[in-house]
Amino acid sequence: MRPEWIVFAYLAAVLYIGIFAFKNKAATNGEDFFLASRKLGPAVFLLSLFGTNMTAVAILGSSGFAYQRGIGVFGLMASSSAIVIPLTLFFIGTRLWGLGKQHGHMTQVQFLRDRWEMSGIGTFLFGLTALMLVPYIIIGVMGGGDTLETISGGRIPYAVGGAIVALVVMSYVFFGGMRGTAWVNAFQTTLFLAFGVFAFTILGNTLGGFDTIMAQLASKPATATLLSRERIPPQEFFSYMFIPLSAIMFPHIAIMCMTAEKVAHFKKTVVLYPLCIAAIWLPSVYLGVVAAAKFPGLTPGEANDVIIRLLAENAAPALAGIFGAGIMACVMASDSQILALSTMFTEDLFAYYGGRKKYGQKGEVVAGRAFIVAICVVSYLIALQLKDQAGIFELAIRFAFSGFAALAPIMLAALFWKRSTKWGALAACLWVVACLLANWQLTAMSDAKAKEVFKPAPKAAPAPQPLPTPQPGGGAPTGAPGGKPAGPRKPPPPFEVIEGNPVFLRGPVNVTVGGFLPVFPMVVGSALLMLFVSLGTKPPSKETIEKYFPSKVKK
Amino acid sequence: MKYALAALVVVVLILHHDIWNWTNKSLVFGFLPIGLAYHAGYALLAACTMAVLVKFLWPKELDA
Repeated sequence: MRPEWIVFAYLAAVLYIGIFAFKNKAATNGEDFFLASRKLGPAVFLLSLFGTNMTAVAILGSSGFAYQRGIGVFGLMASSSAIVIPLTLFFIGTRLWGLGKQHGHMTQVQFLRDRWEMSGIGTFLFGLTALMLVPYIIIGVMGGGDTLETISGGRIPYAVGGAIVALVVMSYVFFGGMRGTAWVNAFQTTLFLAFGVFAFTILGNTLGGFDTIMAQLASKPATATLLSRERIPPQEFFSYMFIPLSAIMFPHIAIMCMTAEKVAHFKKTVVLYPLCIAAIWLPSVYLGVVAAAKFPGLTPGEANDVIIRLLAENAAPALAGIFGAGIMACVMASDSQILALSTMFTEDLFAYYGGRKKYGQKGEVVAGRAFIVAICVVSYLIALQLKDQAGIFELAIRFAFSGFAALAPIMLAALFWKRSTKWGALAACLWVVACLLANWQLTAMSDAKAKEVFKPAPKAAPAPQPLPTPQPGGGAPTGAPGGKPAGPRKPPPPFEVIEGNPVFLRGPVNVTVGGFLPVFPMVVGSALLMLFVSLGTKPPSKETIEKYFPSKVKK
Repeated sequence: MKYALAALVVVVLILHHDIWNWTNKSLVFGFLPIGLAYHAGYALLAACTMAVLVKFLWPKELDA
């Protein structure tokens, strides 16, 4: 049996669950369609919340990244998330749930508009978050196209695979709304948690034992550094601690927080969340390093599918298909982002600017569904254009994670600091926009030189091959972990983007600020602006403060 | 109690930066790099920390 048939069977199961399995009747109001009437039970809440946060980055990105940078990728991305994300769910998620239930909010912007008595700034915030969410959705389509192409041995081209994934996701989000999406996510999460265990066990046997492979990697200077954190500069490791702050600011996570039936559902979620992260990331990172011994010489873009290559070459075709379905479960996590964008469009724009009054609750659902179709089509077209232009992981990090992380101080201020103001929020938002634009500009300015300076050595280069040294600039190392195709020279250090200015350094992939990823100064700057601009401007009315901080005002 | 819990969170966040493992390539059980084993254990510590926070710092006003 061809592996792709198993993936198709999986997609059919997902369609069934999303559209038919848990649908009682057609959704006629926004709260039912977008929030499943705030009635999700504890198991579905945990699994869907976790699943919605695990995208192509978790499996494809992390294994590809570990292939380049080694086991440190787990500490860099997974264990930092294992503490920071549950903390944000505990402190922010529970409060968003409470306020949503009490005041009927369905999106972050709805809450912030009401909390700070603002209108246009809320619309600006909607635009900013929507813009940063779109790349995340594109990643899902790209991951789907990549997976189907690889697992079918090229029989299903990237463009067709991406189209199939986009169509399946669009269908069950369109018909099932939040209820269908949450159940699909719960099903997918169960599948990809099992995926890690099975992949690890089966590959351990077929590859001749992981101890042998690790000994093989350790014996060569070119690959031994993959077993430590030597390829990751300390500043970069520190900076990554700020990235998981983005989770709670991603609209799909914040909206998902409002779907729990009881706040008590958060208790098990925050305790089990770190363990779920370990269960999915440990095998992915480990197998990425294993792949370095098996497939040396892949470029960062090619390395994204190392885990699929391992399975395709070392497991029976049927098993490879099952694993492909597991990976598909991860890449299809973009369903929640699509629904979140639709919820935001409907609630923050359509309903807010009179659509609900004019067309009623039913019209709201129709608008949301129309938006789902539009965003899927646009994302697919962009995914076609961007194919092979950027690694899945880098795309996500550059445009979404850093920006959302830097918006976290705004939410913290709204929830816990009654003196905070809309002007502070606006200043923080503008700072985020400025940083993203500056980062884009500095990256574009240095791209041509970076291509020349960090040009990988030709693949046909004769042995012996040099060590693919990591770049303090934060990018993937030049050369290859396996040591085969890299050129004879030692990769150069990052260079100054603006000559004579040692602050902005360019590595192979991105620009850093004094060696730190841009997310670090972005978060700090956002927090400081929120603080000082709020102190210098007029707070919301007493009534509003009383509404959101009742006990404190009564004192 | 609040200060003790805040201190606990800070200590756990600091423990994430295990600089002593930076260049250590030794293997635990012959197949697991020590840096990876440490951070797998760290995920477990994170779960325990959250259990403590749920026990002692739960926003009870939201339960009503």
